[in-house]
Amino acid sequence: MTTVSPLHYLIVSAVLLVIGTLGVLLRRNIVVILMSIELILNAVNINLVAFSHLHRQVNGQAFVLFVMAVAVAEAAVGLGILIALFRNRGTVLADEMDLLKW
Amino acid sequence: MNEINPPQAAEYLRFLPEIILIVAGALLMVLEGVTTTPAQKRRLGYFALAAIAAAMLGGVAANNNSGQAFHRMLTVDGYGTFFRELVLGVGFFCLLSSFEYLRREGAETGEFYALVLFSLVGQCILATANDLLMVFIGLEVSSIASYILAGFLRGDRRNNESALKYFLLGSFATAFLLYGMAWIYGILGSTNIDDIHNVLSGTDRIVPLPLIGMAAALTFVGFAFKVSAAPFQSWAPDVYQGAPAPVSAFLSAGPKAAAFAVFFRVFMTGFGPINGRWVPLVWACALLTMIIGNFAALAQTNVKRLLAYSSIAHAGYILVALTADSQVGMAAMMFYLASYGLMNVGVFAVINHVANRHEKFVHISDFAGLGKREPATAALLTVFVLSLIGVPLTGGFFAKFYVFRAALDSHLIWLTVLGLLNSAVAAYYYLKILAAVYMQEPGEATSTLQPLEPGLRLTIWATALGTLLLGIFPSALIGFVSNSAATVLGKLGP
Repeated sequence: MTTVSPLHYLIVSAVLLVIGTLGVLLRRNIVVILMSIELILNAVNINLVAFSHLHRQVNGQAFVLFVMAVAVAEAAVGLGILIALFRNRGTVLADEMDLLKW
Repeated sequence: MNEINPPQAAEYLRFLPEIILIVAGALLMVLEGVTTTPAQKRRLGYFALAAIAAAMLGGVAANNNSGQAFHRMLTVDGYGTFFRELVLGVGFFCLLSSFEYLRREGAETGEFYALVLFSLVGQCILATANDLLMVFIGLEVSSIASYILAGFLRGDRRNNESALKYFLLGSFATAFLLYGMAWIYGILGSTNIDDIHNVLSGTDRIVPLPLIGMAAALTFVGFAFKVSAAPFQSWAPDVYQGAPAPVSAFLSAGPKAAAFAVFFRVFMTGFGPINGRWVPLVWACALLTMIIGNFAALAQTNVKRLLAYSSIAHAGYILVALTADSQVGMAAMMFYLASYGLMNVGVFAVINHVANRHEKFVHISDFAGLGKREPATAALLTVFVLSLIGVPLTGGFFAKFYVFRAALDSHLIWLTVLGLLNSAVAAYYYLKILAAVYMQEPGEATSTLQPLEPGLRLTIWATALGTLLLGIFPSALIGFVSNSAATVLGKLGP
């Protein structure tokens, strides 16, 4: 059995970052885009906890708590905005948001 | 890890503006539930104005007691105080000019005022943040409230779309910023900006420079988004066009000033020792931002969208000051944001006045004949537009003058030349507005104009007066901002 080193965590985090970024850039459904952003935030959290362990400090873990709390608030506001939009437009597809163009 | 001491009274005093705003905002949310008539709601607005004024006084009290607070999380110095007062001032006038707008749209609620206060809390934290954690919290508190404000009229499709675009791109950029912060913490072992500076400038420890460069680049993406710098500017036109006019004014001046404050503090102090790595990046970004902002603005017919592109271009000029990477550049940036805040809030207040119900009249042609119908308003609009161009005797002139002088001091000859050419291009689209105001006959918009409401009148007169004062007596402010910049950069030593 191989041991899990901090490097493994950083690789998982980098993979999550790439998946999240691709999700934001390629998916049309806004709910999925929101989920992809959450993936990136979780990549950040994994990184912070791994580094926190590496430095033998709790600062990184404290940071993670703030990130989680803020991410929840952000998701709540985001879904609220999305519901308001869905009521008026009947769609949650990003490429149909074309009212504001020149 | 040092032992945990409970915060001293002086530290709470340094946090006073934020405390006042949070308490007032929470109170407004409660009072919102027990008020019913529009007159009562209006009184909530006056209460919010009083809270902002109190927070401004609190900021002065905090400055008289300057220093760090809460385990070096915050630094209250002249620089932080300057930006606190600036964003509070912007918030005050945007709130004042929103009363008439909300009444027109039938949307007078306490929530709006509370959200403005909460957004200001975030911006005040950003102004004094001394730790990447506080930078993150300040950015999010400011942004989350701003997302809601951008879509405040829930039934309006443009508002919905504006809020959604702002939210999606904003949280995407914040996620990148955070990823960069996590790496900085991982490499340097601290999120404190002073510590970052010390580790990077020390020679006793080997720092993997390519990695820290990558982390700095990720934070750069986040900040560049918040200040609407190219190539991350694409949200700004849509958001400013779709959001309610007083909110557009607020977003284009307040959060932008706070984001620039923290952008300069992090890069010039924290990442100061590795400036060889980020200055070329900022150079390219500044040039691209000026060019995209100015040239895209040429084709606009919607005034709010035009001002959004103009706001991108102004961000480009301010990035020139960051490229200079000097004390003079930092002072120039502070002066620029003060004059930019004044003229932008003013010009949006005039738009707010002309726009009418549901923002029916926001095209350049709708300003036709304003000079005949309301000579005073037109004259003040002229002051703002000339200041945006950068004509002498207005604040905008000295703002550009100090920025480009700082650039020349740092031997950025090409950037200065290209920047000046850009501001010549900019004159064209700004003058299109004035041409409509003075050289065309009144159209539907200006013929049906309501009398200027007192709140808007006060906003327009006060911001115009401020713009002219900065243009005629710039020395008073430039002295203060030079001292503040010297304190920020000086305490770090060589």
